Amino acid sequence: MDFARHVGVIFGKDLHAELRSKEAINASLSFALVILLLFSFAFDPTADETRDIAGGLLWIVFAFAGTLILNRSFVRELPNDCLDGLIAAPISSAALFLGKALANFVLVLAVELISLPIFGIFYNVRWTQQWWSLLLVMVLATWALTVIGTIFSALTVNLRIRELMLPILVYPIMIPALLGAMEVTGPLIAGKPLEGDLLMGLRLLVGFDIIFTALSVWLVETILVG
Amino acid sequence: MREKLIYLLSAAAAVLLVRNLYVIFLALPDEAQQGPIYRILFVHLPSAITCFIGFFAAGVCSALYLGTKNLRYDAVAAASTEVGLAFATVVLVTGSIWARIIWGIWWTWDARLTSMLVCWLLYAAYLMLRNAVTEPTQRARFSAVLSIFAFTDVIIVWKSIEWWRTQHPGPVLSIRTGGGRMDPDMESAIYWNLVALLLFAVVLVLVRIRQEEMRREIDGMRQAAHAF
Amino acid sequence: MSDAAVNCAGVWKFYGDYPALRNISFEVPAGRCLALIGRNGAGKTTLLRILAGFSRPGKGDIRILGNSPRETATRHRIGFLGHGISIYDELSALENLRLYARLYNLAQPEKSAMEWLERTGLVHVKDSLVREFSRGMRQRLAVARAFLHGPTVMLLDEPFTALDDRAIALLQSLLADALSRGSTIVMSTHQLREALELATDVVLIQRGTVAHHGPRTPEMLADAGWLYRQYGEA
Repeated sequence: MDFARHVGVIFGKDLHAELRSKEAINASLSFALVILLLFSFAFDPTADETRDIAGGLLWIVFAFAGTLILNRSFVRELPNDCLDGLIAAPISSAALFLGKALANFVLVLAVELISLPIFGIFYNVRWTQQWWSLLLVMVLATWALTVIGTIFSALTVNLRIRELMLPILVYPIMIPALLGAMEVTGPLIAGKPLEGDLLMGLRLLVGFDIIFTALSVWLVETILVG
Repeated sequence: MREKLIYLLSAAAAVLLVRNLYVIFLALPDEAQQGPIYRILFVHLPSAITCFIGFFAAGVCSALYLGTKNLRYDAVAAASTEVGLAFATVVLVTGSIWARIIWGIWWTWDARLTSMLVCWLLYAAYLMLRNAVTEPTQRARFSAVLSIFAFTDVIIVWKSIEWWRTQHPGPVLSIRTGGGRMDPDMESAIYWNLVALLLFAVVLVLVRIRQEEMRREIDGMRQAAHAF
Repeated sequence: MSDAAVNCAGVWKFYGDYPALRNISFEVPAGRCLALIGRNGAGKTTLLRILAGFSRPGKGDIRILGNSPRETATRHRIGFLGHGISIYDELSALENLRLYARLYNLAQPEKSAMEWLERTGLVHVKDSLVREFSRGMRQRLAVARAFLHGPTVMLLDEPFTALDDRAIALLQSLLADALSRGSTIVMSTHQLREALELATDVVLIQRGTVAHHGPRTPEMLADAGWLYRQYGEA
């Protein structure tokens, strides 16, 4: 009971602080736009193949833009040693982690939901046919990115070269989740229903989410308290 | 004591390697379809097994470190990861050479090649993280956490990439196929070379552990000297 | 096991092979105020952070009110004031205190927060962002944060070092008040009068070991360097 309340308090605090400054979310959104623009130079945007590679493109945008938000998660606690205040408080490290992860999840998902229609307009792709299935995949894969990003943000927060280390650590670990998301998103955008082979990707995402959420919740105390 | 063990093991590894080279290059005939290039398998496959044993040992030692906080486990984990990564590099390079001859290309995004590359990147990141943390106890803690994450991820990567398309040759060893895919002489040569490479890997790990312990001792002295 | 409020038994802390703390043992009975003194790098901050549960000892045992410092029940009763103020610049004073009140499960977060804003003289700026605060105001807010949940064991790391006059007076009166109510205080300090005036006991830490442990004597108050000279540190 206390646990859920503490998760809520941390979640509210992070979201409130971010929405007040909007630093990370603005940066993430404009970065997403920049990548979408860059893709137009890499290939012919009107070509039929756009739809085929849409899954891959989108998740590259989401992963890169999302990392800007995830980066900030524990860095936000550095000024004034705020992390000390949270570690000293009588809440479990798991609650601290989950609260922060949930706040990141909402922010990253928001960036994705804004970039998706922009992608549709820029590249003339109609992506709304499997709207609900697409949302489900985005929720599952975004949670995967968020868990990995948040736990490694905690791991690297006290390193001198954290900005260099984080992408090196985070992207290789995210690969199975990104792969699953890409394999499913492409066909969904093309209008195929969520069944058969696509369910395999969904299973992979669910498995990844469960395994790494459990692992992170288990290890976060070790990371924060030496 | 440990010094003697290192010399003994390296001597054994050297003798065995020479013997294996003789068998591989002079005793065994060319393979019917592939010709002489198939011999790279005698290095490729044992290296792959050795590198996974190394990563597995690193994962176990990392968990043990988190359980006991004994820095010796950290040294073993770091040493096995480094040696495992060296063998992973051998796997990638020998595989690439083989692919150039047989498939006509250096690289293809086949399941096992991709997985091996992801694996290599993960453990390279582990070594970079070790470099980035200066305080030894903190370094041990953070790298142990990463090692556990990386090993879990490797298993998922392997499974998931296999689901989508495979081009790599299937299993050849009898324990995977039930026999019949390979000439028994060739198969025994693979096992002998696995033993040789494993011995060699153990020697490397022992040497690296000793270096790691010395480095920690030096770090300790340096800190003591600068403390006041 | 003794019933001291703070109990430190054979505590070692290692950074790799280097022992930053070596076999530290002492007790602080309830209602006493211990000053940890020693040069920079002697291990005061390391020790305080272990007492507060930020890191674990390599060897030895820490008991705060009979329990481990990482236990939730213990953390409810510890108040920690470190080098950083642990206050969010992008939140207002009231939001900051309300956040901590909720984390500490206080029954009426809003009311407790307002109460402490009054005690620290910050009510008139309760809705301003902390970013806009002067240094003194930030420090007073940090003091309010540390005392908000009514802790019975106060752990303070160089509390008077960066404070202005008004914050020093505030902190001194709060600490004296806490002592009179039977709370226990452990604070690290250089040599400052403000800290020694409150202290009932003194531990001198030299190179990670306890060099001296005893009551605070009038000599210490009269001459700040007295204890250091006794132990060969000029």
